[in-house]
Amino acid sequence: MALKVLVGCKRVIDYAVKIRIKPDKLGVVTEGVKHSMNPFDEIAVEEAMRMKEAKLVNEIIVVSCGPAQAMETIRTALAMGADRGIHVEIPVDQMDTFQPLHVSKVLAKLAEKEKVDIVMLGKLAIDDDSNQTAQMTASLLDWPQGVFASKIDQTDAGLEIIREVDGGLETIRTTLPAVLSADLRLNEPRYATLPNIMKAKKKKVVKMTPADLGVDMAPRIQIVSVEDPPVREAGQTVADVDDLVAKLKEKGFFSA
Amino acid sequence: MFSTPTKLSGLVNTLRFARNQSTLVLVEHNNEKINPVTLNAITAARALGGEVNCLVAGTSCGDVAKEVSSVEGISKVLVAEDAAFEGFMPEKLTPILMASQNQFKFTHIIAGASAFSRGLLPRVAAQLDVSPISDIIGIKDKDTFVRTIYAGNAIMTLKSMDPVKIVTVRTTAFEPATVGGGSAALEAAPAAAGDTADVSQWVGQELSKSERPDLGSAKVVVSGGRGMKTGDNFSMLYDLADKLGAGVGASRAAVDAGMVPNDMQIGQTGKIIAPELYIAVGISGAIQHLAGMKDSKVIVAVNKDPEAPIFQVSDFGLVADLFKAVPEITEKI
Repeated sequence: MALKVLVGCKRVIDYAVKIRIKPDKLGVVTEGVKHSMNPFDEIAVEEAMRMKEAKLVNEIIVVSCGPAQAMETIRTALAMGADRGIHVEIPVDQMDTFQPLHVSKVLAKLAEKEKVDIVMLGKLAIDDDSNQTAQMTASLLDWPQGVFASKIDQTDAGLEIIREVDGGLETIRTTLPAVLSADLRLNEPRYATLPNIMKAKKKKVVKMTPADLGVDMAPRIQIVSVEDPPVREAGQTVADVDDLVAKLKEKGFFSA
Repeated sequence: MFSTPTKLSGLVNTLRFARNQSTLVLVEHNNEKINPVTLNAITAARALGGEVNCLVAGTSCGDVAKEVSSVEGISKVLVAEDAAFEGFMPEKLTPILMASQNQFKFTHIIAGASAFSRGLLPRVAAQLDVSPISDIIGIKDKDTFVRTIYAGNAIMTLKSMDPVKIVTVRTTAFEPATVGGGSAALEAAPAAAGDTADVSQWVGQELSKSERPDLGSAKVVVSGGRGMKTGDNFSMLYDLADKLGAGVGASRAAVDAGMVPNDMQIGQTGKIIAPELYIAVGISGAIQHLAGMKDSKVIVAVNKDPEAPIFQVSDFGLVADLFKAVPEITEKI
């Protein structure tokens, strides 16, 4: 039962970087700033690789939407073991209003074109924190979804997925094809080894635009402003537990 | 048939205004009671102005529908009861929401931000071909919303140009509506068009049972991180929490290490809370954890590392060995 997986990856500002707001207050400074593959997408690629190693999957196609530098992210996924890549080119000046809605339309078209059985995404991107793309892609395809997955297993009829939800864990079953999104604890992604990085250079990456897929890029939002959050006043160190308890009592906590 | 432009257009504009402000609140529940996140969503819906309606879909809606109808400011409660909604599967609930939307043409569909609404509302948005807006912390007007990006390190104000706004609401940003005093009409929700194929099935859930206050609404939260070392050591936090009537949370590191279950995780991709008092024990203060608690009114940090980033956001920082300090705090309060 060799399945085909389409994995989506996004290039984002690295999770450890302290971001700065642009002087025009319409965005965040990205120039000269360290970028990496969205951590949730690394987990998605890793899960696809484990399915391939377990012989559930025989082909992994990685796709990334973005300007020229999105190729870095595609190469990373190829170095982790994906078989080939698709770069959907988005001009830099359209990135700010390029929403999950647009991405999901691209992914849905590619899923149909490539006849994949699973679309695997990260739960959310750490820049926009939306947590929408997998759900929207599933909806457009009219496929079931297994989102915020912390464990994925194959069954006779499809997949059994354990999901992280607010109260704990939930188990669902879906048929195939399906759209999945990876949560933090699904797996621990591998590092690309040097031989695999070298091999990745030979793997094929095809370029296309959303227009090639018949996807309308018209913006749905207008960014009014991007600002710093309110700054907390500096706090103080307390000498010991007695000091701490006294200060908290002053603030009105632990009234006797 | 001659129209009198000034009088009629004034009336038409009033009607257009009335039709333009109609919100559907998706009620989250467990077939027994409303989930509190819905009460915060109702407050947000009322802030938009115009009519506020609610949808209760589940396997046994009677009690919940009654409770919702008693919240002030609700026009009507649409009820959809069906065995097929077991587990509140998004594939099954999307058609019900679509049927209500197609009949009533709401301008806004809102829910409290939660795993449930995040799973479902984007599916509906894709069907309506609109761009959903997640986790808002403010409403500027019926088209303009405020939300955080980059783990709360930037605040974005955006205007939606879509004809229907699909919005989830961060509960810490809106007061909960009070239950009682209202008497909305109950009505059967329009039936879903067509038959949904059985592509997904709810198997079961493993929910943590706790007598402690729910993290989203607790006034005081005690939270443990990597410094706790083992799950057993969390018992000293539970003792402190018991004395304070507090909820207990954890950092990602503690959950990843298997010390505590995932529903206790506080952070960018866990729960985002803003209690009166947040006590961070053995938590270093990574950006992603701060995203989940930096709006707390008072933050206390206990950590043996004076360089821990948590001390940059704490109001009171105690550099100490938590294994000595925490029992001492419990004893002395």
